[in-house]
Amino acid sequence: MSRGISLIALVVLGWGLMPTVTSAQEQIEDTTARKMPLKVWGAQFEEFEYRYSDDDEELGVWNGDVFYGTDELKVRWLTKGEYAIDEQAYEQLENQLVGQMPISDFFDAKAGVRFDTPEGPDRTYAVVGITGLAPQWFEIDANLYVSEEGDSSAELDAEYELLLTNRLILAAAVDATVAFSEDREIGVGKGLVSTETGLRLSYDLVDRSFSPYIGVVHERKYGDSEDFARAEGDGAESWYAVLGARLSF
Amino acid sequence: MKTAFLAGALSLLLPVIGLAGEYNLTVDRVEIDTGDFVKTGIGYNGKSPGPVLHFKEGEKVSINVTNNLDEMTSIHWHGLILPFEQDGVPGISFPGIKPGQTFTYNFPITQSGTYWFHSHSGFQEPDGAYGAIVIEPEGRDPFRYDREYVVQLTDKHPHSGDRIMRNLKMMPDYYNREQQTVGEFFSDVSDQGFMNTVKDRLAWGGMRMMKADVEDLQGFTGLINGKGPDQNWTGLFQSGERIRLRFINSSAMTYFDVRIPGLDMTVVQADGNNVQPVTVDEFRIGVAETYDVIVRPKDEKAYTIFAESMGRSGYARATLAPKEGMEAPVPGLRKPARLTMADMSGMHGMDHGDMGGMEGMDHSKMGKMDHSEMKSMGHAGMSDMDHSGVKAMDHSAMGHGSEMPAGGASDPFYAEGSGLVPTAANGGKFLSYADLKAQNPLYEEREATREIELRLTGNMERYTWSINGVKYEDADPIRLQYGERVRFKFVNETMMTHPMHLHGMWSMLDVGAGQLNPVKHTISVQPGTTVYMETEVDEPGQWAFHCHLSYHAAAGMFRKVIVEGGPESAQAVEAGTGSTGGEA
Ligand SMILES: [Cu+2]
Repeated sequence: MSRGISLIALVVLGWGLMPTVTSAQEQIEDTTARKMPLKVWGAQFEEFEYRYSDDDEELGVWNGDVFYGTDELKVRWLTKGEYAIDEQAYEQLENQLVGQMPISDFFDAKAGVRFDTPEGPDRTYAVVGITGLAPQWFEIDANLYVSEEGDSSAELDAEYELLLTNRLILAAAVDATVAFSEDREIGVGKGLVSTETGLRLSYDLVDRSFSPYIGVVHERKYGDSEDFARAEGDGAESWYAVLGARLSF
Repeated sequence: MKTAFLAGALSLLLPVIGLAGEYNLTVDRVEIDTGDFVKTGIGYNGKSPGPVLHFKEGEKVSINVTNNLDEMTSIHWHGLILPFEQDGVPGISFPGIKPGQTFTYNFPITQSGTYWFHSHSGFQEPDGAYGAIVIEPEGRDPFRYDREYVVQLTDKHPHSGDRIMRNLKMMPDYYNREQQTVGEFFSDVSDQGFMNTVKDRLAWGGMRMMKADVEDLQGFTGLINGKGPDQNWTGLFQSGERIRLRFINSSAMTYFDVRIPGLDMTVVQADGNNVQPVTVDEFRIGVAETYDVIVRPKDEKAYTIFAESMGRSGYARATLAPKEGMEAPVPGLRKPARLTMADMSGMHGMDHGDMGGMEGMDHSKMGKMDHSEMKSMGHAGMSDMDHSGVKAMDHSAMGHGSEMPAGGASDPFYAEGSGLVPTAANGGKFLSYADLKAQNPLYEEREATREIELRLTGNMERYTWSINGVKYEDADPIRLQYGERVRFKFVNETMMTHPMHLHGMWSMLDVGAGQLNPVKHTISVQPGTTVYMETEVDEPGQWAFHCHLSYHAAAGMFRKVIVEGGPESAQAVEAGTGSTGGEA
């Protein structure tokens, strides 16, 4: 976990030192006033949590992003990882750098690259995707990936928030991955690869910047991917109790 | 710096000598204590709000503004009619005031009444850079009063303006803590039935719109003359006196509904111009508007000035009392406002926004919604009077206007059936724009020479705001010809209320009173409505024209207006300071 955090700290620091990000609000330059497009930045962790599995595995997990740009074009760095605390190893470590632009009132298109650098084989992917708000308040993030090996896959993320009160929020999230071809080396079989379903109950303690939560997460592999996992001696299914916080700056 | 401050303070204390007044203002970092929190902000002469500037009509003023900040600043004299170079909008009127620089404004005072001044740079105004202006008329006021107080309202937030803008861009509902919850779902089920409630939620969810989207910025402390509710600014009186209260809404984002339980208020002036007196129990003051009212407390007791935010998320409070330290009960907040489908009726670009309501709904894609709201009326009947949306519709459907309090649920400046229609807390009279009639028309009545349609547009999810779908950064200036009389048609296609402010020239709000239409500088346009104002184009130069909600203006609901032609010196306009403002 600590390595995970220090890595994040390092990358965030590195980002913070980039000249473009040092000032939050550049439109305040008076003589050019409001004729300059409003530039904004933001950083958030949808998940930043400790997971404890039904077979006593402990994980540090995060899923966050940092963006900078205007209404018309944003650069977004997305980072996602799972760090196995006992093994001191990244089970998953994924970073994406994408450009993002609006394509409709509620959806943006994005394109860029993704680097997977967990313990074991690396992969680099080209990414295209859409992200936005679907009717009935479902937050959707859908991506297509093509790896340097020529394997393609798709990932669909959907999230819904239920307001128990204006601060106590129950969030349900589903993430599903489908592969269009097999990539045996990284344990991916053709077809539905895996799903992760989470239910988190959070409380907005400090505005919307710090919202601690508890929850449960269910991970499952399917089809050939399930068989590959079993062959590695891993289970195909896990339940986790999670404890963490949503963060935004 | 200290001497400058003292000199500034002194000069403000001195009575105006002759017809030329010199004033000094410093722009400073200040500490703002609201009673709920303390923050660093920006103020004038060492405090926020800054001093009340007292001018006299006919006077020539020169105001030395010294910028003690480490960033650019500016002062805009809100509502004052003056040469455009003195208007104080960086990039449009002048380049702005650099750190350490003293800029001298020189202009004649050609009007009287209640106004205010504020920074037009970045988010300095939400951060505290504002003060009041009181201008004594050359002649006599057409109403009597024994004493007067400025009552300057604001919505002070613990976050800086920059931070708020960034948060709104990141999460448009960042500050909205009055959203519909599971609990509200069940209470609606018990009021309106399960199917109606589900249909209602599906209709709004389908549009990705929120009935609770009334205020972008909650979590503020309402201040009156810089004092929070617990600090209780107090104005003293002797019973029987007529007190003139000069209400100024200097909020960044908040509309206030103002009442003084136990007292009638006679509105005598709006936006600095005298209106035919109208006595009300409560009024709504839009951001940047001013209203002068006269009250006459007859009892030896304290009265609370209670200004509740339009969304009911916060309030400002002050006291009128015969003696310092006396207090009156502070009312509680009413139920949070909820938009209805009527407030959405402008969203599909319909031409008859002011007819909105039922008719609009039939035309729109939200037919289902229409249905469910209608149903719920049938079920709930009069017992449902508390549900804002249903209330007004009941009223209109039944046509029993006389059963409702005067000035209550039907107001031509709200879409029929709007969830925002204000009602007086005591069941009495709530001021409507329709009640405002000019005391003295400023201009000859004449036909408008042309009409300009301005659709107020935006996307709440992206927190972009625009006019005719174009943000300021991409927009060409609006060009007017000196001497014309332009009729502006505002069509609000968003679900928020926008206080539209045209600098430099008076605008007559069309309330259907012809020659007696009230003369204003800021005009609120409610969701789902179409509102007209007419402007005598009699000031050459370049002017700002924008929504006065700070974060809407910053996000693009802003235009530059160029008045072409006109007398002599104004010909230099195009070559003037405009280059830094940059035309599209
Ligand atoms: Cu606005």
